[in-house]
Amino acid sequence: MPLGTYLPYLLIMAAVTYLVRALPYVLMKKKIENRFVKSFMAYLPYAVLAAMTFPAILYATSFLWSAIAGLAAAVVAAYFERGLFTVALSACFAALLAEVLIRYIIIT
Amino acid sequence: MKTGTSEWKRGLVSGIPIALGYFAVSFTFGIVAVSSGLNWQEAVLISALNLTSAGQFAGLNIMIASGTYFEMALSQLVINLRYALMSVALSQKADQSIHGIYRWLFAFFHTDEIFAVAAGEERLTRRFFSGLMVLPFFGWTLGTLAGALGGSILPDMICDALGLALYGMFIAIFIPAAKGSRKVMAVVALAICFSCCFYYIPGLNRISSGFAIIISAVAAAALAAAVLPSEEV
Repeated sequence: MPLGTYLPYLLIMAAVTYLVRALPYVLMKKKIENRFVKSFMAYLPYAVLAAMTFPAILYATSFLWSAIAGLAAAVVAAYFERGLFTVALSACFAALLAEVLIRYIIIT
Repeated sequence: MKTGTSEWKRGLVSGIPIALGYFAVSFTFGIVAVSSGLNWQEAVLISALNLTSAGQFAGLNIMIASGTYFEMALSQLVINLRYALMSVALSQKADQSIHGIYRWLFAFFHTDEIFAVAAGEERLTRRFFSGLMVLPFFGWTLGTLAGALGGSILPDMICDALGLALYGMFIAIFIPAAKGSRKVMAVVALAICFSCCFYYIPGLNRISSGFAIIISAVAAAALAAAVLPSEEV
């Protein structure tokens, strides 16, 4: 991609992303006392991650069934609190296994 | 009382699983970027300066499609607005050692997973965070590099599988939290419910996925905070 095309996009992207992160962190100096706001803050990250995962995960692979296999493996590993990397890896392996089954055994 | 070095090391070690997960996810980004016509330097630079998953994939699409600068700015604002909320939450955890320039510096590293770890701290210290942020950054940029250089030789199946790593990391964060607290479980269930509405209900599904995530998450967290305020936060 020509540098003159690439660079403005890159700078806008990086600047907006950075300011969204930095401004609230730098500007918020006081402790929040309000119970609603505190609860909201505590809940929000989980809500964001859950909303980003569902239903998008179901359509992240070439086959619905491989996504379901990956999802199931991740949920089980996460339920037993296996940690970030193990859970992510379980999802990958389960999906891979399912795709091998679908492509080479079920389809042919 | 823990010494400074051991705090930094504890942060560094907490970053290892995040870095490994990021490697897998950014590997996919590297593959997609190069197959869309960027060279490896351009792909790596995007990762090094943005350090975000969903935002980068969306931004890449806009670049490739020659979208407007306004569209680029708006998409990044909406998709990454969750970081603003995470930064507010972390501003409540950060102790006085994180002041001035450190706030400007550390904010760059506020990602979903780093946030999740940092938010789990009783009190967030400068030493801990400066250890925590190191490896995820390298995992993300080196993963992009590896994907950009070597991704084209991988079969679709492997790419598909790696694409799930990102969601696996999200699941690893919210499932244990939901298991530990019925209130968090309610929050998660609500967010999933709203998010599915935006995806499947005709009309609602015309709203962009970035907006859909923001609205679903804010609505779920606000509803839960109003009905089931948490005692321990």
